[in-house]
Amino acid sequence: MTALTSHLRKYSAAPVCHDIQVNGQLVGLHDSGVLWWPDESTLIVADLHLEKGSSFARRGIMLPPYDTGATLEKLAGVMDAFDPARVICLGDSFHDADGSDRLPAPYRAMLTTLQLGREWIWVTGNHDPVAPVRLCGETVDETKIGPLTFRHEPIEKIGSEETAGEVCGHLHPAARVRRFGRSIRRSCFITDGTRLVLPAFGALTGGLNVTHSAYSMIFRRRQFSVFMLGNDRLFPFTASRLVGD
Amino acid sequence: MDAALLPNRFQSWFASRGWSPRVHQLQLIDQLAQGHSTLLIAPTGAGKTLAGFLPSLVELEARGKRKPGQAGNGIHTLYISPLKALAVDIARNLEAPVSEMGLPVRLETRTGDTPSHKRQRQKLNPPDILLTTPEQIALLLSDPASAKLFASLKTVILDELHAMVTSKRGDLLALGLARLRRLSPGLRTVGLSATVAAPDDLRAYLVEQSETETRSLSHLVEVSGGAQPDISILNSEERLPWSGHSSRYAIGDMYRLIKEHNVSLLFVNTRSQAEMVFQELWRINDETLPIALHHGSLDVGQRRKVEAAMASGALRAVVATSSLDMGIDWGDIDLVINIGAPKGASRLAQRIGRANHRMDEPSKAILVPANRFEVLECQAALAASKRGEQDTPPLRKGALDVLAQHILGLACSDPLDAVVTFEEITSSETYRHLDWETFEKVLDFVATGGYALKTYEQYAKLRKGKDGLWRIAHPKIAQQYRLNVGTIVEAPMLKVRLVRSKADGRRTPVGRGGRLLGEIEEYFIEQMSQGDTFLFGGEVLRFEGMRESEAYVSRAKTDNPMIPSYMGGKFPLSTYLAESVRTMLATPSSWPALPDQVRDWLEIQRDKSVLPEKNGLLVETFPRANKHYMVCYPFEGRLAHQTLGMLLTKRLERLGARPMGFVANDYALSVWGLGDLSLLFSSGRISLDQVFEEDILGDDLDAWLAESSLMKRTFRNCAVIAGLIERRHPGQEKTGRQVTVSSDLIYDVLRAHEPDHILLKATWNDAAEGLLDISRLGELLARIRGRITHTALPHVSPLAVPILLEIGKEPVYGEAMDMLLEEAAEELVLEAME
Repeated sequence: MTALTSHLRKYSAAPVCHDIQVNGQLVGLHDSGVLWWPDESTLIVADLHLEKGSSFARRGIMLPPYDTGATLEKLAGVMDAFDPARVICLGDSFHDADGSDRLPAPYRAMLTTLQLGREWIWVTGNHDPVAPVRLCGETVDETKIGPLTFRHEPIEKIGSEETAGEVCGHLHPAARVRRFGRSIRRSCFITDGTRLVLPAFGALTGGLNVTHSAYSMIFRRRQFSVFMLGNDRLFPFTASRLVGD
Repeated sequence: MDAALLPNRFQSWFASRGWSPRVHQLQLIDQLAQGHSTLLIAPTGAGKTLAGFLPSLVELEARGKRKPGQAGNGIHTLYISPLKALAVDIARNLEAPVSEMGLPVRLETRTGDTPSHKRQRQKLNPPDILLTTPEQIALLLSDPASAKLFASLKTVILDELHAMVTSKRGDLLALGLARLRRLSPGLRTVGLSATVAAPDDLRAYLVEQSETETRSLSHLVEVSGGAQPDISILNSEERLPWSGHSSRYAIGDMYRLIKEHNVSLLFVNTRSQAEMVFQELWRINDETLPIALHHGSLDVGQRRKVEAAMASGALRAVVATSSLDMGIDWGDIDLVINIGAPKGASRLAQRIGRANHRMDEPSKAILVPANRFEVLECQAALAASKRGEQDTPPLRKGALDVLAQHILGLACSDPLDAVVTFEEITSSETYRHLDWETFEKVLDFVATGGYALKTYEQYAKLRKGKDGLWRIAHPKIAQQYRLNVGTIVEAPMLKVRLVRSKADGRRTPVGRGGRLLGEIEEYFIEQMSQGDTFLFGGEVLRFEGMRESEAYVSRAKTDNPMIPSYMGGKFPLSTYLAESVRTMLATPSSWPALPDQVRDWLEIQRDKSVLPEKNGLLVETFPRANKHYMVCYPFEGRLAHQTLGMLLTKRLERLGARPMGFVANDYALSVWGLGDLSLLFSSGRISLDQVFEEDILGDDLDAWLAESSLMKRTFRNCAVIAGLIERRHPGQEKTGRQVTVSSDLIYDVLRAHEPDHILLKATWNDAAEGLLDISRLGELLARIRGRITHTALPHVSPLAVPILLEIGKEPVYGEAMDMLLEEAAEELVLEAME
């Protein structure tokens, strides 16, 4: 797998994470957009949207067919750096329900190699409500491990029992800050300390600004922080510093 | 020319009006009767449009009335205009002679506004003359019935040809013409144009090209240009500003001029200038003269009202941007005031042509330079106008994204043979230089996306049959094409809606929307925070917030908005004017023609520093407030200067000069930093020849472009036109949660995995010609090689003052994006530590 070497090099040193607490658990946010839970040796990744390109191509919109490859290569680099015992994909792993069936053979092989010797959990999402075909791993609607619950879509409640420790994806959070009359927008993690939403990991996935009303269902107004993905590091901001699109 | 070319009915019509046909009108009838395609170049007011239609009217008269029961004849003449409003206007004007002469001619318009039942009927029962736009031609040609519809087409009239050929619409039209020529052999074209620098370009555009190296040209009828316009430069008592574009100093003079004339048209270059001038005029409008504002962002209804008031003579003055540049007759204007620099000699001539539609009387125009450099530019434009010289741009090479769109359209109408289609396309002047390999790549792109990784064969939009012909895979593809046709990709716009202010201390949420004021670019609003004030529609507004696709604003109580300049100097200085300005600077004997203030300025420059040479480059360096500045004067327009500034900072950084940022305008470029540039250059540690070496356009450029938001915007336009991503239609906006594919992400993926992709090539071509002005930059670097003069100064020179004053007003470039984030994050840390 020569295509991986560049990523291997990038993450060959011990990966540096930004450590935070979610519902009392120490977890690490990584600038690639994955979450690392050291106590459980678990890597969590959200919204891979594999085969998004071909999903559009079916409708006559010929997006570049390189998204699956790019996403898997990036994932392989991260996996190599963390070497997790368990991987949780937080839903929308495939862009549509047929996505896993369309997965071209080389990518299927690549994914299978990544799964070797690991526990692999596919959480279902709205794009992929069914278990992927011809791939290993367990498929669940959600899963609870210790104080953390992993599901695709956050429950639209604030401060209730069931949302404490929730780790999810779905929203593709992105944030914008402004300085010197210029603004910059990046994907980000968003958290209030009790729950966490991961950025989308897939190569062709856009972002939804955290000032959008969709987030007001899950975080109290301005009572959250974001961690924007930069090159080789994360940039933390409190909600009050962020602007809408 | 023999008036006998005109049938009796026409002669008596002319006579009844007290007119006689003009020579060029008869010449055109004669040329077309002989089957010649012809370009008519004439000034405004020469009866150009009627001249274009007369040959067709004469022929249609001879054809006579259709007998009951007889089959229709199909479209005889197509009239294509760049504006739908112009097509409608011309149709109205043409109906008068047709009905007065009782000609058996049916004429109809077809635009985006034409109801679908009428469009349907036009296909079944076509009019004799159809007046329409390039987009509608593309749509008609994609129809399977197009061959029948255009089988008896005899003439195509292309109005405002000089304006149409400068954009991608001109490319689309060129391709449409090539197809029309194939559908109706013997087709004649008539081009109507204002005076241009290279009429042969337009003549070639009008006719079929063969493979030989010499190009075929249409015939030419030229009407020499009416009375010399009466142009002068405003001689103001006020102090001439050093920089800026506001012309605020001359408001009093402008108001006086408006009072002295019946109807004045005030042209400005940008919308923010229009807003400013309009507001300032009303501030001193003691006599409450009816003065109106017209620019592209205003609500359509409001624009129509202004146009109607103008036509009916109810206004004394209109402040307008180029939205009023073209076409339609605005009634009797007796003065054009051009505010700011004209940017091009031909542009000025066309604007002045708006005044006085009787070609034998001189048009009157006054130029109002906004700053000292603009005085030089106005002077150069004035001289060009006296000599009748033109600087319209050369004919563009056809864009590949437009070609992709066209190929899909052709396949929708008819199974497509690649070789025949290639020949048809390269028979147009615009696409004459297209090679087969590129054509195949574009065809492949249309069929399956054109990727090296051939995974989309099963989803192909075009499939090659056993007969070797390409067909669309599904009727849905044709539907998709119809929604995507056209080459104008609007910048995403937001509606501007008036609400009551939050600042009043009311705790209610931003009130329900009031009146719509118009539309504004999304990126402009993006940069604003709640409470920021700006000028729009002639009033100062306060930004309140965003809701879906609307920007909520309230009336501000301040008179001084923080006008962030939106849409800076839109057109770069033309090469021709730039050269004239350089010549003027280098020739002190020409200075007496300049205002005293400007002459003093140049004389002090000569004493304190040196004057830029005509073909060289002057580089000044000086320290100022703990920083070191370098200012150079290429006079190549802001686009080329911005590109150069970006490249220079990269190079200087590598050479250890620690640059921090730069600012560019049409005339000069300034880079500043921490390193002592004077010392570095004069000690020879950094050689200026090396800094301005032509290889700067190589790797550095590539590296910068990879990250440039400018390239991403260009890519988006190409991707939409080529049909890779779907056009967003009004009422079909993305709902926040439905995350659509962003063209930026596609760009990144494509660059990483298939850097040779045809769409990236199209993007590069666009950027190189347009936003980056690479070719002009290349010419500059070649021109100044070995001719760079460096002057180390103790402080800023007179010539450098204007560009230094732009710092803080114009966007400053230089910081890397991550650095911005870092600083913002660190600021936060400071806040927390205090």
